Amino acid sequence: MSTVDARLSVFKTYKLYVGGKFPRSESGRVYEVTDSKSKWLANAPLASRKDARDAVVAARKAFGPWSGATAYNRGQILYRVAEMLEGRKEQFVREVAEAEGLSKSKAAAQVDAAIDRWVWYAGWTDKIAQVVGGGNPVAGPFFNLSTPEPTGVVTVIAPQESSFLGLVSVVAPVIATGNTAIVVASEKSPLPALSLGEVLATSDLPGGVVNVLSGRTAEIATPLAAHQDVNAIDLAGADDVLAKELEIAAADNLKRVLRPQPVDYAETPGIERMTAFLETKTVWHPTGSLGASGSSY
Amino acid sequence: MASVFEYAPAPESRSVVDIAPSYGLFIDGEFTDAADGRVFKSISPSTEEVLSEVAQAGEADVDRAVKAARKAFEKWSALPGSERAKYLFRIARIIQERSRELAVLETLDNGKPIKETRDADLPLVAAHFFYYAGWADKLEHAGFGASPRPLGVAGQVIPWNFPLLMLAWKIAPALATGNTVVLKPAETTPLSALFFADICRQAGLPKGVVNILPGYGDAGAALVGHEDVNKVAFTGSTAVGKEIARTVAGTRKKLTLELGGKGANIVFDDAPIDQAVEGIVTGIFFNQGQVCCAGSRLLVQESIRDELLDSLKRRLSTLRLGDPLDKNTDIGAINSAEQLARITALTEQGEAEGAERWSPACELPSSGYWFAPTLFTNVTQAHTIARDEIFGPVLSVLTFRTPDEAVAKANNSQYGLSAGIWTEKGSRILAVANKLRAGVVWSNTFNKFDPTSPFGGYKESGFGREGGRHGLEAYLAPSSPEGER
Amino acid sequence: MPTTAPAAHALGDVTASDSTLRRFLHGLPGVDAVGLEARAASLGTRSIKTTAKAYAIDLAISMVDLTTLEGADTPGKVRALGVKAVHPDPTDRTTPTTAAVCVYPDMVAAAKEAVAGSGVKVASVATAFPAGRAALDVKLADVRDAVSAGADEVDMVIDRGAFLAGNYMKVYDEIVAVREALGSSARLKVIFETGELSTYDNIRRASWLGMLAGADFIKTSTGKVAVNATPANTLLMLEAVRDFRAQTGVQVGVKPAGGIRTSKDAIKFLVLVNETAGEDWLDNHWFRFGASSLLNDLLMQRQKLATGRYSGPDYVTVD
Repeated sequence: MSTVDARLSVFKTYKLYVGGKFPRSESGRVYEVTDSKSKWLANAPLASRKDARDAVVAARKAFGPWSGATAYNRGQILYRVAEMLEGRKEQFVREVAEAEGLSKSKAAAQVDAAIDRWVWYAGWTDKIAQVVGGGNPVAGPFFNLSTPEPTGVVTVIAPQESSFLGLVSVVAPVIATGNTAIVVASEKSPLPALSLGEVLATSDLPGGVVNVLSGRTAEIATPLAAHQDVNAIDLAGADDVLAKELEIAAADNLKRVLRPQPVDYAETPGIERMTAFLETKTVWHPTGSLGASGSSY
Repeated sequence: MASVFEYAPAPESRSVVDIAPSYGLFIDGEFTDAADGRVFKSISPSTEEVLSEVAQAGEADVDRAVKAARKAFEKWSALPGSERAKYLFRIARIIQERSRELAVLETLDNGKPIKETRDADLPLVAAHFFYYAGWADKLEHAGFGASPRPLGVAGQVIPWNFPLLMLAWKIAPALATGNTVVLKPAETTPLSALFFADICRQAGLPKGVVNILPGYGDAGAALVGHEDVNKVAFTGSTAVGKEIARTVAGTRKKLTLELGGKGANIVFDDAPIDQAVEGIVTGIFFNQGQVCCAGSRLLVQESIRDELLDSLKRRLSTLRLGDPLDKNTDIGAINSAEQLARITALTEQGEAEGAERWSPACELPSSGYWFAPTLFTNVTQAHTIARDEIFGPVLSVLTFRTPDEAVAKANNSQYGLSAGIWTEKGSRILAVANKLRAGVVWSNTFNKFDPTSPFGGYKESGFGREGGRHGLEAYLAPSSPEGER
Repeated sequence: MPTTAPAAHALGDVTASDSTLRRFLHGLPGVDAVGLEARAASLGTRSIKTTAKAYAIDLAISMVDLTTLEGADTPGKVRALGVKAVHPDPTDRTTPTTAAVCVYPDMVAAAKEAVAGSGVKVASVATAFPAGRAALDVKLADVRDAVSAGADEVDMVIDRGAFLAGNYMKVYDEIVAVREALGSSARLKVIFETGELSTYDNIRRASWLGMLAGADFIKTSTGKVAVNATPANTLLMLEAVRDFRAQTGVQVGVKPAGGIRTSKDAIKFLVLVNETAGEDWLDNHWFRFGASSLLNDLLMQRQKLATGRYSGPDYVTVD
């Protein structure tokens, strides 16, 4: 009907997602995001180093409660993300198709896989400690237990090409174990990442656990790599030159660094993306004497 | 101190160890001079006596050693795990057989008491090889994929505080997983690593699997930077660790770092006081405090501060400082003049910043490098001696009022290696241990080690774990691309 | 039952009532078993050689409470023991005498006669030793019997049943009553039977309870149960006497008993004394070994030090 065709659609204003809120960049800058055929899609916020700083503050603030939440609770929330995504699938299919120049069916496969990945990691939250931790049979009167703990605030340079499945594949493992994340979205295709922020905000995920920044990857990532209150960095979306620079900067406070590597995001992941951002804490407790020399208590 | 029960000297015999006047580098199964002919002296820090003259590795030697290790890698990595295991079991047994000799050697070269090398270092060294020997043919069960692969050549740089033990922590897992090794011991303590080279020969270890390069920082840098090294493992200072992290940036080299610490030893008012005092003493005076995981910050609940300090001071007065070869010595020599100068400078700074210094009456030998056990009270988080790693027998005493404050102060550090908790309340142990950002937490004990138990730091204390199943990860590549795991 | 505070010291008020005593004992710092045993083992690695060993062996001999506590004890057996206490090594008159002989009350007179004039004390167990399962009147009669026969020291057992039932005041009152029955001259050793108290926390509590009640010595055990003196429980008691003196000014002795058979063991205990309570306790007025076979091993070691060759059991006396 012509009246419908004539209706002017409502554009979406894409915003950053920081500390559970949706700010514009403090710089007031935006940049044009286009599809694979250079057609304008939207203006995205061009985040500055100050936005990065704010994101670190938010992520640090969220780290205590999120890492202290029960693994069961984190699993429920990650599953909730999948539920929310399922309901907004069409939007993500469109955004991914436009961003990556995919057919609708191929984009849908990507989105389905991304949703399933949330479900996969939701199930990991209360199992990873059992798989990588455990008791150590030390030769002495001690009970000795090693448990994995989240590293802290993790900067995630999201993959540049796989704007949604790749994004989810690097963010979910970081937060599943209790870390909080500052995500630098794909520079060219940030819209699925920014939309993901909207989903996360309605998935019971506490504000600040995931913070999404869009803009020039190098400009945002450089201060984050050097930031003394960031504990780790995933360089998935950094090219070789940038990755090396960031790794050098990261050495200033000995961030844990996950270097970029070829990954087929369609495959079921291993646990390396989780263990890369886990610390092992080993606690020793005296038990009782081993010998029969009198009292053992 | 004139006591009615004066312990007569009880020196361990030096004759069990035969130190040659000179040693070469150990490359491709042979002892050899440095390419440029340089040598350096290894001295005994307790007497300043020259023990031996040792070839000093340079860049050309590093290259030669890496090539030897690369050549050896092909066959070594292809050996069945069960065969690699047997080599490691052999090494473990030979270390047990020669442990008295090695303990005396280590005490001479390092300056630490024979009591420690005999009862701690050497038993742990043998146990470490024994533990990892058993992993060599069971790697598919270790949780790193169905057929995990070795990385290649491991470049390993170790410190002087536990020379042979740090060697064991590096070499045992590397060999068990099928890697070959180029290891640089510290310049002040090269001898036990060279004796280990001889043990490798006794064990019939194939040439080039283990190469030992005594030398200075330049050799370490050359090793870490060598393009044909696949794995870098370093234990030492945080400053050097950062430099190494920068060096390997942008490469495919896998890196593990075990660095400094400023461990908090937290004593609550319901602690088992007498055992806490022992734990504090062990925590900071074991190996003269030259321990990365030392409990160098005592956090004591204010309500028992005076009582605890009285007990601690009384206990420190019984410490016996002197000849490290004497079986009754508790406190040996500081490892080097350089380290002694650093400890001295930091303690002077502690005084200058207003902390109160105390040491028991304690006569120091006239030659060698010595530092009396020292306590600083009235220390706050703002003092340099509460923040910087001193790496000496110096304890900073701080107070806290509540568990929350204890945790906050303990975590208020760039480091995160170790911590101690002393309380009789079980739930408090678990709650506090859970909140501490440290890789090793000792509750109602301190400075315990075991080959099955992973060890390593949070934050600027480094990354990666040594020991246990976790310790294998640093030397293995997943069996297949990530997607197939 | 009237209770009098035996020592007018700083802690007098903790024994004012059942509840104050209980609160005090339960408020003592806990003992970590692994840490305690590790410390005792670590001190056990001290290497005591040459002159130090000679000193330690003579000191240990002088600290022995040479003991016979058998149903088959006779005056003859006790006399032989007394002579041995006075002249432990008949071939070497420089050998110190032991501190005491320790016997049952009915053997005190015989023992007294055997050691007369030597300075060797006679200690008597009492209070229905070893079980202590008798009425207080019976126990006190036992004590009076020993004292009237001339005992210089009485080794009493506490009521472990009352202790384990939490009836600390009953244990306390009994010790006080025994203390009073002793009169002013004899010294009181209080035996806890640490093997029955079972936990180190209990041993620490019993130590303080005994000291508060006026013990001159606190003693580990009777020698009649499976676990007697150990380095760890003795170390713990040495910590207790050290701390008690620091708080009250009153010095109390320690007597490990049972299970110490070799010179090497005895020297380890002396190291514990030296490095825990301190040299003020390195005297037989403040530290004793309750032992029998230990003495011969000390004598053989002493002969070895004097002659340079190892001795054998034919060169020490069998009594």
